[in-house]
Amino acid sequence: MFEALTDRMQGIFKDLRNRGRLGEPEVDAALKEVRLALLEADVNFRVARDFIKRVRERAIGVEVSESLTPAQQVLRIVNEELVETLGGEPGRIDWTGEMPAPVLLVGLNGQGKTTSAAKLALTLRKLGQRPLLIACDTFRPAAVLQLVTLGKQIACDVYEEGTAARPVDIAMRGLQWGRDHGHTVAIVDTAGRQQVDEALMAELVELKAMVKPNEVLLVASAMTGQEAVNVAQVFHDKLGLTGLILTQIDGDARGGAALSIRAVTGIPVKFLGVGEKVEPLTSFYPDRLASRILGMGDMLTLIEQTQDMYSQEEAISLQKKLVKGQFTFDDFLKQMQQIRKMGSLQSIIEMIPGLNQLMKRPEMAKALDEKQFKRVEAIILSMTLQERALPSLIDGSRRRRIAVGSGTKVQDVNQLLNQFRDMQSMMKQMSKGSVPKHLAKLMR
Amino acid sequence: MMRFFRRAAPPPSEPDTSATEAAPASVEASLSSTRKGFFGAVRGLFQTQRSLDDGFWDELEERLIQADLGAHTTGDLIEELQSQHARLPFQDPKAAELALRAELLTLLKTTGDTGLFLPDVQDGIAIILVIGVNGVGKTTSIAKLTHYFQGGGRHPILIAGDTFRAAAIDQLKIWGDRTGVMVIAQAPGSDPASVVFDGIGAAVGRGADTVLIDTAGRLHTKINLMEELKKVRRVVERRHPGAPHETLLVLDAITGQNGLMQAKSFAHAVGVTGLILSKLDSSAKGGVVFAIAQELKLPIKFIGTGERLEDLSPFDPDEFLHALFT
Ligand SMILES: Nc1nc2c(ncn2[C@@H]2O[C@H](COP(=O)(O)OP(=O)(O)OP(=O)(O)O)[C@@H](O)[C@H]2O)c(=O)[nH]1
Ligand SMILES: Nc1nc2c(ncn2[C@@H]2O[C@H](COP(=O)(O)OP(=O)(O)OP(=O)(O)O)[C@@H](O)[C@H]2O)c(=O)[nH]1
Ligand SMILES: [Mg+2]
Ligand SMILES: [Mg+2]
Repeated sequence: MFEALTDRMQGIFKDLRNRGRLGEPEVDAALKEVRLALLEADVNFRVARDFIKRVRERAIGVEVSESLTPAQQVLRIVNEELVETLGGEPGRIDWTGEMPAPVLLVGLNGQGKTTSAAKLALTLRKLGQRPLLIACDTFRPAAVLQLVTLGKQIACDVYEEGTAARPVDIAMRGLQWGRDHGHTVAIVDTAGRQQVDEALMAELVELKAMVKPNEVLLVASAMTGQEAVNVAQVFHDKLGLTGLILTQIDGDARGGAALSIRAVTGIPVKFLGVGEKVEPLTSFYPDRLASRILGMGDMLTLIEQTQDMYSQEEAISLQKKLVKGQFTFDDFLKQMQQIRKMGSLQSIIEMIPGLNQLMKRPEMAKALDEKQFKRVEAIILSMTLQERALPSLIDGSRRRRIAVGSGTKVQDVNQLLNQFRDMQSMMKQMSKGSVPKHLAKLMR
Repeated sequence: MMRFFRRAAPPPSEPDTSATEAAPASVEASLSSTRKGFFGAVRGLFQTQRSLDDGFWDELEERLIQADLGAHTTGDLIEELQSQHARLPFQDPKAAELALRAELLTLLKTTGDTGLFLPDVQDGIAIILVIGVNGVGKTTSIAKLTHYFQGGGRHPILIAGDTFRAAAIDQLKIWGDRTGVMVIAQAPGSDPASVVFDGIGAAVGRGADTVLIDTAGRLHTKINLMEELKKVRRVVERRHPGAPHETLLVLDAITGQNGLMQAKSFAHAVGVTGLILSKLDSSAKGGVVFAIAQELKLPIKFIGTGERLEDLSPFDPDEFLHALFT
C-alpha cells in the first residue's frame, strides 16, 4: 500500500522535478490518493476532510528538497501531520491522589474492556503498582466470572459481589476493600453499552460521579468504522474521557478510528491491546499508528512482535539485515516460521513497507502462498548452512541436490533463489529512501 | 427517542423473566437509532428542494461513506446513479433516492436466499456453526437463535466450542439455563474439535433436532486459529455428512472496512453461508454489508438488535432498506 500510494503519487509528480515547488494541482491530486487511503483505514469522512485541508495548506508552495521526490515530500508532510494529530504522551496512567486510584473502563459491547482490564492490571503491576480489579458488569452472563478467571491467571485480586448488587454500590465497596488491603490502583470493569442507550449511559454517569475516577478510559476496537466519532463524542460528553485503549491491533484493521476519536475528543491513545491472551498492554507510538493508517506498513510492530519470540539481539540484527538487504535464507526461514505463529503471511506482508507491493507480483504471491510454505521450508532445510548464508554458492549441481533432498523440482529451487534475490534487492532499495524517514531512522 | 429494545437499567436480578415477557422488537423500531444517523441524513438530503449539482453528489458520497459503505462501493453507486442521471435526468432528489434504494436493494438481493437451509425436523439433525472475530456477539446470537428456533418448534442443543476465552463456557451455560436447553461442554482448554466431535454424538443421542456450535472469537489473520476452525469444520463434516448446514459469520454493525476482510477470510477458510449482522441497535449502520454483498455475495440472514433473547430477526432486505430510509 505504501508503495502503491507512493507509486500513484510519483506518477502525479512526474513533471515536477524542474519546478522546485509543490503546486496546487499536483498537491491536490496527491492528496486525493491520501484521502482514499484514510477512508480505507476507516478514518471518519469529516476528520479526513479536515486533515487533508491542513496538509494542503502546509504542502502548497513547499520547496522540494533535493533528497526527496515530490511524492515523498507530500507524504512526509502527511505523515508529520498525522503523527502530530495522533500525538500525546504514551501509556501513562495517573495514579496520584487517594489510594486506590480508580480507573474506569467504558465502551460499546464486546470491544475488549474486561480483557483490557486484566491487561492493564498486569501493565500497572510491572510499574510497581498494586492493582485491584473490580467487577461491575452485572449484566452480561458470566462477566464477573470472566474477570475473576482473568484475575486468577495473573494472580491479581478481584473484588466482586456477583450480579445482584448495583454496579455503583459494588464499585464503592470495592474501593473501600482496596483501601483496606493496600491496593494502589482500582480498575473498574463496566458492562458494555451503546452510547445511544440513555438509561445505561445515565448509569455510567452516576458511577463516575460516585467513584471519582482518576482516569476514564474508552476501550475501542481498531476495527471500528466511521461511527467511532459519534461513539467517542457521546462517551466523552457524558463522562469526560481521559484516554483511549485501542484493542485488536493484532489484526489487519488499519485503525483509522483512533484518528477520528482523537480528532473529535482530543483524548490521547494511551495503550494498544494486542491479542486475546492476558499480556501487558502495548505502549502507543503515534508514528507507528500513522504508518499503519496510511497503509505504509507497520514495520516496528512487526519487529516488536517478532521480538517476543526472538531474543533482543536477534531482533536487532534482523532489523539491520532487513534494511541492508543482507538477510540470509536462515533468517528468511526463521521469519517464515515465526510468521506462521504470528498471523497470516498476508498480514505480515502488509506490515512491511514495500513488500506488499512486491507481493502483488504473481510469482511472489505464489511463493508466499500458505500452501507453498512447506515446499519452501523443505528447500531451505535441504541447503547447507553455508548455502543459506551465501546463496550465490548454489550452482547447478547444488540445485539438483537440494531439489532431490527436498522432494521438489530444480525449477522450484531456481524460483525460490530468484525470488530471494529480488527480495534482497528490494530491501536494499527500501533502505535507500522509500521508507518513511522516521522509520528508516529507527531501523538504522 | 422510541426504542423498544432498550434493556432495563439497573439490570433486574432475574433478567430472564422480564426479558421473555417483553414484546419482540420490530425491525423498524430497532433501527430507529440507525435511522437517526447518516441514513436518516441521506433521506434529509433527498427531501430538500435542491438541484442535483456537484454539491449534491459530494454530500451523497459523504453520507454513504459515513455509513461505512466504503469508498469503493460508494464510488460505484454514485457512478451508477450519475450515469442514470445522464441518460434520463432525475426530476428531483426524490427520484435519485428511489434509484439509490433500488441499487442498494439489488445489491442485497443478488446475494442469494436470506433464509436458512436446514433439513426438516423429521429428516434429521440440523447443525449450525457460528463463527467470527472476537467480541462481535457469537455467543449471544446463539442464545437468540435458540430462542428463535424454539419459537418454531425446534429443540436445540448447544455445543460450547469456545474453550479458550475466560468464562465463555459459563456464559453459554447461563444462556442454556435461560432458554432451558442443554449445553454440551468439556473443560476449559480442551481441544475444540474434539468437543465438537463428542458434542454432535451426544446431541444426536439425546434426540436434538438442531445443534448450534459456539466457537471462540478469532481474528481472521491468525493462521493457527483459522486452522483450528477448519479442523472444527472438518470434524463436523465427518461426524455428520452434509453438515454444517449453515455456517454463520457474525459481524458487528460498528465494524468498518475490516468487515470485508473478515468476511473474505472466513469464507475462504471455512465457507460462510450467511451473515448475522449484530448490534444494529447501535448508532452504526453496518454499511460494510453492502460492500460484502457487492464483492462476496454473502446474504445477511439475521440481524441482532440488542442483548436480550428476543433481539434477533430474520433479515428482510426490503424492510431493512425501508427502515434505513424512513
Ligand atoms: N485479538 C484480540 N482479541 C481481543 C483483544 N482484546 C480483547 N479481545 C477479545 O475480544 C473479545 C471481547 O473481549 P471482552 O474483554 O470480553 O470485551 P468487553 O468489552 O469486556 O465485552 P462486554 O463486557 O461484553 O461489553 C474476547 O474474545 C477477547 O478475548 C485484543 O487486543 N486482540
Ligand atoms: N447492544 C447489543 N449488544 C450485543 C448484541 N449482540 C451481542 N451483544 C453484546 O456484545 C457483547 C459480546 O457478545 P458475545 O456474544 O459474548 O460475543 P462473542 O462473539 O461470543 O465474543 P467472544 O466469544 O469473546 O469472541 C456482549 O456484551 C453482548 O451482550 C446486539 O445485537 N446488540
Ligand atoms: Mg466485559
Ligand atoms: Mg463467545
